[in-house]
Order: sequence, then structure tokens, then C-alpha cells
Amino acid sequence: MIEIVDLKKSFNGKKVLDGVNLKIERGKITVIIGRSGEGKSVLLKHIIGLLKPDSGSIYLDGIDITKLDEKELNRIRRRFGMLFQGSALFDSMTVEENVAFPLVEHTDLPMEEIRAVVREKLRLVGLVGVEKMMPADLSGGMKKRVALARAIAMDPEIVLFDEPTTGLDPIMSDAIARLILDTQRNLHTTYVVITHDIPLTYKIADCVAMLHQGKIIECGTVEEIRRTSNPVVRQFLEGRAEGPIKVA
Amino acid sequence: MTGILEYLGRLAEGLVLHTGRMGTMLFQAFMWLFVPPFKFRNLFRQMEFVGVKSMFVVILTGSFTGMVLALQSYNALRRFGAESLVGPTVALSMTRELGPVLTGLMVTGRAGSAMATELGTMRVTEQIDALAAMAVNPIKYLVTPRLLAGVLMLPVLTVIADFVGIVGGYVIGVRVLNINPGTFIGRIMDFVKVEDIFNGLIKSVFFGLILTLVACYNGYHASGGAEGVGRATTVTVVLSSVLILVFDYFLTSIMFSS
Ligand SMILES: Nc1ncnc2c1ncn2[C@@H]1O[C@H](COP(=O)(O)OP(=O)(O)OP(=O)(O)O)[C@@H](O)[C@H]1O
Ligand SMILES: [Mg+2]
Repeated sequence: MIEIVDLKKSFNGKKVLDGVNLKIERGKITVIIGRSGEGKSVLLKHIIGLLKPDSGSIYLDGIDITKLDEKELNRIRRRFGMLFQGSALFDSMTVEENVAFPLVEHTDLPMEEIRAVVREKLRLVGLVGVEKMMPADLSGGMKKRVALARAIAMDPEIVLFDEPTTGLDPIMSDAIARLILDTQRNLHTTYVVITHDIPLTYKIADCVAMLHQGKIIECGTVEEIRRTSNPVVRQFLEGRAEGPIKVA
Repeated sequence: MTGILEYLGRLAEGLVLHTGRMGTMLFQAFMWLFVPPFKFRNLFRQMEFVGVKSMFVVILTGSFTGMVLALQSYNALRRFGAESLVGPTVALSMTRELGPVLTGLMVTGRAGSAMATELGTMRVTEQIDALAAMAVNPIKYLVTPRLLAGVLMLPVLTVIADFVGIVGGYVIGVRVLNINPGTFIGRIMDFVKVEDIFNGLIKSVFFGLILTLVACYNGYHASGGAEGVGRATTVTVVLSSVLILVFDYFLTSIMFSS
């Protein structure tokens, strides 16, 4: 279980996270929603130790990861997979080398086996025969799926997805939703998904949390969230420009 | 007046800050050198990058510099009837000074700038974060092999520059200016000591370290999208060129004073 306690982070005096409290259950899919620029990506980067908070803690199985040094952090990071919002594929490597990267770095598997794993993961995200292509030659949606394959290449215990379906067509989005559900059920992994995609949220979430003005303002199951009386959450879910959140 | 003082103060502060952070990066990169696993493939790729990418331009600048040195020194030495000293003048200038310095400057322009751009792009597109997220230390993976490649390849390129420079000087001196080939070579043998070549190579090791460190530092800490990457590249070329010339002076004054 991951427990985030009173996490605060500012950039150049601008408050982004202002006391985030959130429990992420083991073996569940937690979806974090929130407006653009609210700090969802920043929150995710804290969970894997890429950013250090100004104050607050993140407990992973009781250990505060914000206090760990690089070496201990790296041991913990091997249990994680992460899909970056902008894919963050290595553009000096082929698709195959990208997906194989964590396996090459952290396992002693022979190359044929690694290739087989790569092919399997790429097939899961609906990509066949792209192994030798370079990331620069892929469409945005294809990049995202390659990055997804890389994130799950090691079958990690915990996967952080930053907007897995942004830029994908509706059919591919549904396929990704299925992939998330299937792999999660089979492997009993903990998934944290950031998304603006409300249909995706309803399809996959065990628990939905909304980040607003630097805090988690609502957290519950899909049913609870859909019945919420919080006007801010309602406005977000219904996608209305009018309401308590002002656009400009 | 206070404006100038303030400006100088901020300049000094920035200088101290960046020097300190660059030193820290150098130290970390050095320590990671001894931490297994060792991935030689990464190092070889960087050595190839630094070496091969700059080979052509080093040969070109080296040979023309040797040629122009022969012309200039001939014009000067002829007045004293000392044409026979054209060979040693070219050879000493190349091995002590121009071989390492020109190589350093050319590699900065070719490989240093490309390194800054590559790392800068990796930074702003979160590829460096992705490395860290996959439990791979970015300093060990990206910086250490680049610094090592610079330190190892610059002497190699400098030897090439020295050689083609002397050949260029020979061609002009012997074929165009009609200096006796035996004299040209013989006087070089009389005057140029192994120490001259060796000290030049020591310089080139420093230059290789300077230019790769400046490139890695600026690329690694790039921010602000494509514009930031461009800025990192420009700063790299200017700063490492200046540093190479400054260090050249001090290294010369240490090594060739006695
Ligand atoms: N490294 C950084 N330096 C300075 N400011 C930053 C940095 N990273 C994020 N921010 C700021 O933090 C805020 C939140 O950014 P973040 O990327 O987390 O938003 P988000 O919720 O993921 O938005 P989106 O849905 O558009 O991806 C933004 O205002 C951004 O400018
Ligand atoms: Mg984001």
C-alpha cells in the first residue's frame, strides 16, 4: 500500500501540491483525475522519487520513500513501472531496444528471451512488426503504446500511468482499458492511472481521487464518485464549463 | 556604481555555483567509473562518436595549419638565413600548442555541441527522468562514458592533428619552398623531444575532459524546451572554447616553464 501524507510542493514560490493525502490500495486500480495543470504529473513523479517534496511523506509498505538515498530508492524503483505523459522514449534506440531496456539493465536473461518478452508486450498494446523502427518515425499514439509496453516490460508490482489514452483513437483507448484491466487482474498489480478520460475512469477504476487546488478533494469508488454531492467533482465529471470551477 | 557591483556580485555568485555543481558532476561521474556493472558498449559508442565524428575536420584543420605555419615561418626565418628551422618550428608549434588546442576546439564544435543537444533533448523530453525511474543512474549511464570517451579520444585525435600538421608543413616546405627534405626532417629530429609531444597530449586529456564535462553539464541541466536546448548548446561551445584557451595558458606555463 502507498500512503501519501500531507505532501506539499512549490515551484519558484508557486504552490502546486498543498497537502495531498491519499491512500492507494495494493492490488487495486486508483485513478487520479483533475484539471490540466493541477499537479497530477508532479504527484506521480513524487511517488517514484523523481521529485522531492518540500514537506510531507510517502509511505510504501511503511517506508517513507521521500527520505531514502539514491541506492535504496533504486531498489524500490525496480518494483515500479512508469508511463510518462510525453512517452519519454529514448530516441537514440529502436522500439525493441526501448522496451527491452529495463530487462537488459536489470536481468540476466539471454537476448532471445528478452526479444520474446518484447514481442509479447508489444502485441499486448496492439503493435506488431514495429521492433526495428525508431521512435521519431512513430505516430504519437504509437509512441504512447510503446512506452506502455516498456512500463510493463518487467511485470512490475506497481505501475504509474500518466494519461495512457491521451492521443489514442476511441477503439485503441478501449483496447488499452482492457489491457490495463486484464494485466492488473492477472498479476494482482497496483495501478495508479492519471487521466482526463472519464469513460476510461468508469471502466477501470476501483477508486477515483480528484486533485483540485493542490489537495485531494474527493476519493471513493466509481459509484460513490458518480453520486457525489461535491459540485466541483460533478462539474468535472459532467464536463461543464459553468459551475464552481471558473475557466478563466 | 551599485548596479555594476550588483551585476559583478551576481556574476561571481553564478560562477561559484556552476563551478561547484560542475565539480560535483565530475566527482559523481568519476565515482561511478568504479561501480559495476560496466557496459562497454556505451563507452565504445561514445568513443566512436567523439573520434569518428571529428576525425575529418581535425585532419583538415591540422594539415592546413601545418601548411600555413611553414609559409609564415619561412618568411620570417629566411631573413636570418635560417630556413632550415622551418621544420622544427612547424613541429614544435603543432605538438606543443596547436595540435591539442585546435583539436579541442574542433571537437567542441562537432561533438561537444552535439552532446549538449542530445542530453538537453533527453532532459526536456523526460528521457533522463525515465532512466532514473527505471532505476538506472543517469550520471553513470550518460555522463561517465562521455567524459571517459573525451579523455581517451582527444589524445588520439591530437596525435593525428600533429602528424598531418607536420606532413602539411613538409609538403609546403619541401615541395613549394624547396627546403632540403633531409634538412627538414633532420632538424625536426634535433629539436623536437618526446617530452614536447607528451606534454601536448597531457593538454589534450584536459581539453577532452573540459569539453565533455561542459557539454554534459549544460545538456543535463537544460530547461525550457527546444529554446533551452539551443541555449545549452551555445553556452557549451562558447564556454568550453574559452576554458580550453584559459587552461592552455596555465598548463603551458606549468609544463614548459622549466
Ligand atoms: N519542474 C518544474 N518546474 C517548475 N514548475 C513545474 C515543474 N513541473 C511542473 N511544474 C508546474 O506544476 C504545475 C502542475 O504541473 P503538472 O504537469 O503536474 O500538471 P498536470 O496536472 O499533470 O496537468 P496535465 O493534465 O496538463 O498534464 C504546472 O503549473 C507546472 O507549470
Ligand atoms: Mg500531466
